[in-house]
Amino acid sequence: MAVSTRRLQKELTEIKTNGTPVGIKLLQADNFESWFLSIEVLGDTLYQGEVFALKFRFDSQYPISAPAVQFVVDDYYKAPVHPHVYSNGHICASILGSEGWSPVLSVISVCITLQSMLAFAKERKRPPDNDGYVIRARAPENPKKTRFVYHDDEV
Amino acid sequence: MSSDYELSDNEYYDEDDDEMMYEDDDGSASEMDVDFKITPSAKPKSYEIEYESLTQPQVEKLITQDVEDISGIFGVEPDVASLLLRHFNWNKERLIEKYMDNATAVSVAAGLALPEKAEPSSSRSRSTGSSLGLGIRRATRRNTAEQPKSGKTKILERVSPPADDQPFVCPICFDDSQTKTLSLSCEHKFCSECWNTYVTSKIRTEAEHWITCMAEDCKLVATDEFVKSALKDDAKTFARFQELVVRQFVSCNKNLKYCPYPSCTHTVSCPAGASKSALTTIVPIVSCGANASHKFCFGCAIDADHRPVVCGVAKMWLQKCQDDSETANWIKSNTKECSKCQSTIEKNGGCNHMTCKKCKYEFCWVCMGPWTEHGTAWYSCNRYDEKASIDARDAQSRSRASLERYLHYYNRWANHEQSAKLSVELYAKTERKMEEMQITSDMTWIEVQFMKKAMDEVFKCRMTLKWTYAMAYYLAKNNQKELFEDNQRDLERAVEELSELIESSIDPESALALRQKVTDKTVYVQKRNEIMLEDTANGYLEERWNWNIAVDGFDEPAEIAI
Repeated sequence: MAVSTRRLQKELTEIKTNGTPVGIKLLQADNFESWFLSIEVLGDTLYQGEVFALKFRFDSQYPISAPAVQFVVDDYYKAPVHPHVYSNGHICASILGSEGWSPVLSVISVCITLQSMLAFAKERKRPPDNDGYVIRARAPENPKKTRFVYHDDEV
Repeated sequence: MSSDYELSDNEYYDEDDDEMMYEDDDGSASEMDVDFKITPSAKPKSYEIEYESLTQPQVEKLITQDVEDISGIFGVEPDVASLLLRHFNWNKERLIEKYMDNATAVSVAAGLALPEKAEPSSSRSRSTGSSLGLGIRRATRRNTAEQPKSGKTKILERVSPPADDQPFVCPICFDDSQTKTLSLSCEHKFCSECWNTYVTSKIRTEAEHWITCMAEDCKLVATDEFVKSALKDDAKTFARFQELVVRQFVSCNKNLKYCPYPSCTHTVSCPAGASKSALTTIVPIVSCGANASHKFCFGCAIDADHRPVVCGVAKMWLQKCQDDSETANWIKSNTKECSKCQSTIEKNGGCNHMTCKKCKYEFCWVCMGPWTEHGTAWYSCNRYDEKASIDARDAQSRSRASLERYLHYYNRWANHEQSAKLSVELYAKTERKMEEMQITSDMTWIEVQFMKKAMDEVFKCRMTLKWTYAMAYYLAKNNQKELFEDNQRDLERAVEELSELIESSIDPESALALRQKVTDKTVYVQKRNEIMLEDTANGYLEERWNWNIAVDGFDEPAEIAI
């Protein structure tokens, strides 16, 4: 059995027995290639009442290599308006890149990190280079193929 | 044939025979040996530079020296010294200065020790800080109870709560049947399988020599010994790891450069070509000891011999060719310029009566003269010599002159480049010819080698000629340029004659005469190439060459003459 499968199976069992942290729900985990989870930020924040969906994609190297994580953008879900989230759902977060990722991180811990990233947002704004990245430069389908420069570590 | 450059037959063949003997031993690499053996004894040529080729073990020896120095001064393990040096990009002086200043801070920054504040538990601090004990901690099922308890490992604990009597569960693969675990001195334990996958992927896919602990935010770095044990029996990946360390060492030392040829692991040491200011007077072409064809420039990123042009000019030329050549060719063959406003116009159909879209000037496409003089001759023009037409064409030709000038040099450059690309075929053809000669005339194998020698020379000279066109394009017009172009012409003529001789058909009767002719011509061509290279090299030293454009490191041109 591939390491990624065993590891994801374990994460899934963990979620099913112990449940997910507040504000995080498992939407779909039918296979070991892609999962969907929803997150919402509770309490008094800029995103009160909004629910977002995250799409995780895993390769056979997971958890040695980071999963590809992005916000779902479709008829129902929208990407949060946040300085580190592009309108196509791609996220500029250091933990999703090869330097910031650590194999001890998990699907749930990524969700928690992104939840707190939204919770601490000070303004609802797209990244300054959003148009350049999403429209003009034709962002790659998989956000892992983008080399993000991490602008700041505050939010 | 100029007798000045003829050597006596005896001298020539002696040298030839020497080389044959080497070639008998082992094909192409032998030429390198010959070069090396000749260089020290012969008078150094002004277009050649002193350098030394180092193998990977030789560089490793240099690394070991540095590591042992530091290890001796600081009293630390060699593995620790190596990490310190790598952290400081092999800058020994800075490392010593900083380390003497604050050894703990340096160790923390270099990923050798954990920062003090992150370890509140007294039991863990013993293994870090002062002692720098980076030994590998192997744990078995029995002593898994020592799980770290610090804020840093929150997630780790969450996914695998430590329990005294439960078997160790690796927090990465969740396999509880693993009995072997490894950890750095931070004691973040993972099973040896996961370490193996992680270290392999860092080395193989990320080409990383700086391998940190797998735990989140843990900055501790794996020593060579740890990497080795994590990789277990994978000697190939460990060799790659060592190569990555060597590459970092080489890239940090400006006197060293790694051979750019794929999968070559040789290094060249060339202190004379290391400073930027030297690049205005020399072209530091070197070749590594692995293969004589691994020629590259020590001063710039061009992976080939670009003598006689200095790096700055060569780079400018390549850039220009990349940007301009194809477009320029197309413009030249498909368009004309409006004789009034000089807009470039492509005629894609219709009659000769043109109206410039920009300035609305009406003219004839054939003679370029104003249309008013043409009346109703829509499709034919018989006014080619009219005064107005001549003037219009003059204006056009002036604006085209600079393009033409560029294409003149570019086409000759490209021509030699093309010939060099075809040389593989030509070598095969020459090979067949040499066999034929051995059959039809009474020459022995060794006696027909003059053909291969001539081919080698033609190839070499074409490379020189190619770059002389790049140089001539940027040379300011003066007497020096004329002398340069004289040398260029002489070399080009000689090369063309020799290459014609090589390709001529062989008549058994005249084979001996041909051999004499080719041999003489080869010597002459060799001499002309040497003159070309020597004269340009001396010209740089004597500051004889003036450019028609600003070149890095040179004086500004007096006037731009294009």
